[in-house]
Amino acid sequence: MEGTIKDWRNDIYKVFKELDITMVSHVPDAGHTPLINLCEKDNEIDVVTLTTEQDGVGLSCGAFAGGRKSALLMQSSGVGNCINALALPNICRIPFLTLVSMRGEWGEFVPWQVPMGLGTPKVLEAMDVKVFRADYKEEVGSTVDAAARFAFNTNCSAAVLLSQKMIGAKQFKNG
Amino acid sequence: MIERRPFVQKILKNRQSNLRVVSGLGTSTWDLMSGGDDKANFGFIGAMGQAIPFALGLAMAQPDLRILLFTGDGDTLMSLGSIATVANHPVTNLTIMIMDNESYVETGSQPTATAGKTDLEIVAKGSGIANSYTIHSEKDYDRIIKTIYEEEGPSLVVAKCQAKATPLVFPHSFDGSVSINRFMSTLKS
Repeated sequence: MEGTIKDWRNDIYKVFKELDITMVSHVPDAGHTPLINLCEKDNEIDVVTLTTEQDGVGLSCGAFAGGRKSALLMQSSGVGNCINALALPNICRIPFLTLVSMRGEWGEFVPWQVPMGLGTPKVLEAMDVKVFRADYKEEVGSTVDAAARFAFNTNCSAAVLLSQKMIGAKQFKNG
Repeated sequence: MIERRPFVQKILKNRQSNLRVVSGLGTSTWDLMSGGDDKANFGFIGAMGQAIPFALGLAMAQPDLRILLFTGDGDTLMSLGSIATVANHPVTNLTIMIMDNESYVETGSQPTATAGKTDLEIVAKGSGIANSYTIHSEKDYDRIIKTIYEEEGPSLVVAKCQAKATPLVFPHSFDGSVSINRFMSTLKS
């Protein structure tokens, strides 16, 4: 189990390396922790811990203006914090990539996670963010690769929703 | 109290080629544009609260340039946590200059938190930006210039300004993609 969990975060990390994504910002989520750890060990990647997810939108846009590609990692509850900030990459046609670990869907046990979990794809789409989704670990690498290329090649915003089905059960035990 | 527009213009007047200037939405952008059109400026017209994180990302990506952000107390108060983020991911080339008029002038001069008990210099110091100070007069011009071009950042300057509406001075384009591409053209070697 550990091996397979490690693998799909490794697949995301490989996409970061291949596409020269050198800045990763986040409000941490357990689902992203192995990826955050991989990035922190990499001297070529700057990891920025935010106090609110929306600041990752501005940070990412400033970095792109300066010539660096980045990705914002967050939990679905953080997506709601980003809504108005998403106007910035939209109106400036700056590529923006975010990877969202989902809560409030597959077997959720905390009711407070449900509203934003259900709202996540809707609000992203409402702000013109192209929403990709990975339900199985085998498709994570190709989905993140596709979303990143979509963002950086078309100067649009893209999100990958990483399903709770894939992340979930282990956290329940620890929670 | 500082009269902000002529002060911003004075700071910009003999700008060095290694300076890139970002402004937060509203009056800060009109002030920046009043200093003359320059491709090395990027002014927000919306996305309130995002100017500080944007400037941080830019400063991280362009460590050999000096980055100056003009923004307001209203914009800063919307994302106070971003000051903590700047402090904890320190960049040496960033100066945040808050033109603090203690009010939301554009919407009818309602008081902001800085008109009450909130002190942004203390917020910055408490967040971990050691080089933070407040100025009340144009006499501090030389100190500001030294901070912008020479001192090790990040730095945060609170410039206490008159709460006076000033004429709107629009940027070259309201289209963000035009603005950002002009700005980025100054960063290519």
